[in-house]
Amino acid sequence: MQIDVKNLTKCYQRLTVLDRVNLQIRDKEFIGLLGPSGSGKTTLLRILAGLEIADAGAVQIDGRDSRTLSLDERRIGFVFQHYALFNHMTVFQNVAFGLEVKPRQARKSPAAIAERVRELLTLVHLQAFADRFPVQLSGGQRQRVALARTLAIDPKVLLLDEPFGALDAKVRVELRRSLRDIHDTAGLTTVFVTHDQHEALDLADRVAIMNRGIIEQVGTPVEIYSAPKSPFVFDFLGHTNSFDCVVRGGEAYLGESQLALDEVIRDGPAVAFVRPHDIIVSRTNAAAETGVRLPGTARVRFISALGQRAISELLYDKRLIEAEMTPQRLQELGLQVGSKCVISLRNPRVYPRQQAEEQTRVAERAAVRPRKRRRFRDRLSTLR
Amino acid sequence: MAKAAQRQNGVREQTLPLSESRGVRTLLIAVAVGFFILFLLLPLIVVFVEALRHGLLAYWTALSEPDALAAMRLTLLTALVVVPINTVFGVAAAWAITKFSFTGKDLLITLIDVPFSVSPVIGGMVFVLLFGLQGIFGAWLAAHDIKIIFAIPGVIIATLFVTLPFVARELIPLMQKQGSEQEEAALMLGANGLQTFLRVTLPNIKWGLLYGVLLCNGRAIGEFGAVAVVSGHIMGLTNTMPLHVETLYNDFNFVASFAVASLLVMMAFATLILKTVLESRAA
Repeated sequence: MQIDVKNLTKCYQRLTVLDRVNLQIRDKEFIGLLGPSGSGKTTLLRILAGLEIADAGAVQIDGRDSRTLSLDERRIGFVFQHYALFNHMTVFQNVAFGLEVKPRQARKSPAAIAERVRELLTLVHLQAFADRFPVQLSGGQRQRVALARTLAIDPKVLLLDEPFGALDAKVRVELRRSLRDIHDTAGLTTVFVTHDQHEALDLADRVAIMNRGIIEQVGTPVEIYSAPKSPFVFDFLGHTNSFDCVVRGGEAYLGESQLALDEVIRDGPAVAFVRPHDIIVSRTNAAAETGVRLPGTARVRFISALGQRAISELLYDKRLIEAEMTPQRLQELGLQVGSKCVISLRNPRVYPRQQAEEQTRVAERAAVRPRKRRRFRDRLSTLR
Repeated sequence: MAKAAQRQNGVREQTLPLSESRGVRTLLIAVAVGFFILFLLLPLIVVFVEALRHGLLAYWTALSEPDALAAMRLTLLTALVVVPINTVFGVAAAWAITKFSFTGKDLLITLIDVPFSVSPVIGGMVFVLLFGLQGIFGAWLAAHDIKIIFAIPGVIIATLFVTLPFVARELIPLMQKQGSEQEEAALMLGANGLQTFLRVTLPNIKWGLLYGVLLCNGRAIGEFGAVAVVSGHIMGLTNTMPLHVETLYNDFNFVASFAVASLLVMMAFATLILKTVLESRAA
């Protein structure tokens, strides 16, 4: 089913939770609503489910206003963050619930219901647990019961609120895969809410990034990661190093070097955001060929080389910069705590400074020129 | 076990930094035990001693006397009418308060507590002022020959008032803690309101509900103040058991008085035992 969200607005008392949100969810799409807590993503999901009523705007399902549709016509399944399993019922009874509460003429025979429940329990690998109660299950098993219970009503749309939030990392990745499989085989349209960037980018066809009641950007994971439209999106998706720069005559300058601009930005103070893996560390000036070379040198403060990625913290111009490289590269460079090095930047993204300050918590910026004194307030905000 | 462990280690009694000295401990325990005996145990024993002073036969005679039987019947009737009504009210109020948000919700929560905070005598007085001969509806009621005050309806209304908060008070915190996620899940699965209530809400609150009903019942049987004001103490007609106890006592009929009182005490014990059982089931 195609879902159109049009100008949806929701306020709690004076707080605007959703501010004229527009979003088109295509048929059979798997879409992630990603944002920090309080960004309005769960409220949006609950309005889609009909559990909450918007103050303005509309949700259209296949072109029809969702408020005019009966529950049966909407065919929406909802998986709650804490599963909301019926604790006084067994796993079997939980899954059968949606089938048993149907009006008599639409209800299947008890034998057919039992058959369907067994099918669903097999799908989520819980055949052996039919007679257990929810308290006797692990978090991942409860989640799978919740999923099976929802699938019992043959939904066309599946809505999931932080589906893996309360699970440990390994179970989470397993469940992600099986959810994706179920989505693909059942031909569902799925919307899930998460605050976990990796989960959203890993799982979804498209991701909508939300912040303070608006959708900042919608796109495929690749689009969003490679071209974040706003400083918020950039910062939210991963670790951010930021450098003061300036836009003059439509060109961005970081010290002496000119930076590429992806979009037109008004003249004035700006910041360049750079991912840790786009910070290129070298030992000599001559070796620093690629990217935008920063003047002066940096000193290594800390190195963590566990697994596939080596993270080093560099002190440059009184700010800490995080650089990421392969352990091999780290060895080649022979970096140790206290080593001096030079830095160049790859793929910097430039945003107006005011917008960046409003939208992100990146308070520490390496000011290339002019030097700015780091304020106490900034240091405080990095501690938060 | 702690003692055995101590003996095994050959450790003499130690004073931990946070525990009191032996003298203070003995004193505190003595105070607690003394209070318990003087104010809880002795009065209960006295009730039975007085009731059985002239033997079992006198006890039995006092209980099988027509006025005593009438008092028992009235008390049971009151409980039978009041408890179901207040159960329905309590469930409805708790449901409304915890599962929905509406204007006046805080006011409703406060109002439910009024019978707890106001003296029962005031509760009785209010109904005399409303339904008594000189009361607001008095003239109309008299004209239609409806007797409320100094009659059984008055007793029931006063008891209703006094026992109104018990079920709601028991359920509100419980249902607040449970939230409405399970109900929402039921609705999303296609259940209607009644199915949601019967299949999801009710099983989740049943122990708390039983507990509230039990407390409500205990109070309905034992209520004195409010009922005393509206009943008029008509022997064999509007006297409930607690009122009957008082009437007999005032007539210096101590054995009969304490015999009826002993029944109330036994009912209270039964309530307490059931309550303990329910609490362990609910936990």
